[in-house]
Amino acid sequence: MNKENAITVKDLTKTFGAFTAVNNISFEVGKGEVFGFLGANGAGKTTAMKMLIGILKPTSGIATVANFDVISHAEDVKKSIGYMSQRFSLYNDLTIKENITFFGGIYGLKKADIKVKTKELIEELGLHDEANKLVGALPLGWKQKVAFSVSLLHNPQIIFLDEPTGGVDPITRRQFWEMIYREAHRGKTIFVTTHYMDEAEYCDRVSIMVEGKIEALDTPKNLKTLYKVDTMNQVFLKLARNIE
Amino acid sequence: MGISVKNISKSYDKVMALKNISFEVKPGELFGLIGPDGAGKTTLFRILTTLLIANEGEATVAGYNVIKEYKSIRNHVGYMPGRFSLYQDLTVEENLNFFATIFGTTIAENYDLIKEIYVQIEPFKDRRAGKLSGGMKQKLALSCALIHKPKVLFLDEPTTGVDPVSRKEFWEMLKRLQKKGITILVSTPYMDEAALCDRIALIQDGNILEIDTPEVIKNSFPKRLFKVKAAETFKLIQDLGSYEQTHSAYPFGEYIHFTSNNVDFNAKDLVQYLQANGHTDIEVNETAPTIEDTFMELSK
Repeated sequence: MNKENAITVKDLTKTFGAFTAVNNISFEVGKGEVFGFLGANGAGKTTAMKMLIGILKPTSGIATVANFDVISHAEDVKKSIGYMSQRFSLYNDLTIKENITFFGGIYGLKKADIKVKTKELIEELGLHDEANKLVGALPLGWKQKVAFSVSLLHNPQIIFLDEPTGGVDPITRRQFWEMIYREAHRGKTIFVTTHYMDEAEYCDRVSIMVEGKIEALDTPKNLKTLYKVDTMNQVFLKLARNIE
Repeated sequence: MGISVKNISKSYDKVMALKNISFEVKPGELFGLIGPDGAGKTTLFRILTTLLIANEGEATVAGYNVIKEYKSIRNHVGYMPGRFSLYQDLTVEENLNFFATIFGTTIAENYDLIKEIYVQIEPFKDRRAGKLSGGMKQKLALSCALIHKPKVLFLDEPTTGVDPVSRKEFWEMLKRLQKKGITILVSTPYMDEAALCDRIALIQDGNILEIDTPEVIKNSFPKRLFKVKAAETFKLIQDLGSYEQTHSAYPFGEYIHFTSNNVDFNAKDLVQYLQANGHTDIEVNETAPTIEDTFMELSK
């Protein structure tokens, strides 16, 4: 990739005792790219992602995220990225507005800015009527849309999404991907994991991790050609073995 | 002696979780409840497994009434809840033994039924359940739900968050259990799994949208469906959204699935519209609808 990289990973490895969770992986993600990070359960995706967002120290290798080294500049990495996961996103017993204010504060936004951002965000999501409702009362799809917007509050350059659409209804799932496209269009880099293989097709490039290694990395189109199949689901089934 | 649900409603405070739903699951059938998070699937499972009482309506499971004969139901059904709910501090074997004992049986007595699943985790039988990987927990939970040889098996989102390879294996396992005569009610948010069921109910917001075989549901799609592609996907989605003949336009893998509000729709018009908006590499082809297309059309 000739253009500027958002993420550069070189020989990244993480071992836990005798077990190698991430085994010498290398790849680059270009600025503004939607990069799909796929793999079976237990393939090492979460461990790799934790190293990239600066919360887990690699055993060896180098990773640079938003031009910061994940080991020596972990705090700068955290400030430059947005992160949302399926498991923890928002506080269920705060309202949408309160969640935005809370996370805005955590990200160090000024009070006045938080006010402006809150208005913008609620407008963009069309959530006027729900703004003062508890997040816990929202359908999962809406929660995930709000969580995604919250992860953008501090204007990060790269957004990490860990299975953002698991269990979400099909229409909302697609609206979520339209939000992803929009942000990519605005120049943000998206790093996303998913178990929905149709979503893998929406990515500019995807990597598939198998037993700690990156077994394939290319555009969905090239991968389908390479493995002589019609869908990413078939590519995945060909590559990913069950490690248990 | 499958499952019969008649006019069941359930509300929590102001939220109506289930709105007057009815359906039948035939004995030996593999029946899928297909719907997203919050559709009411878990509420229905809890009512049928006698853990929750409906506000209205009646239901029987394996011929027993869920209220009057709840104790019989508990002896004859297996239930694998969505959340892992085995004893984390007991080992694999201890968990299985515990569930066998509770139901007045032994592992040896029904080993045949679980053998195929259990052998995969047997090498770890001395490991605590809390220390198992996701896939192994799932296999142990299924073994525990089967150890008393239930007539009806309830599986609440057994494959959520599970990768495509493991999901495929899990469904192969269900098919084999079905062949042993067990009636299975399974829920899933993955529309592609619907095709593997004998019949399915599409459920959203506490309502059943449709009940039938996957084939019939696919064929009931009310419109002509086109797959559309162009060089710039994001722009394509936006331009299809503002096209006056658009009824629906949803991303579907590498294509956008498109239906028109015009009964006399001509694909050439769409190609022209896209060309006029600067699109290149345009493809517009008629395609067969999937369950997911139907689901989205029904819930629109």
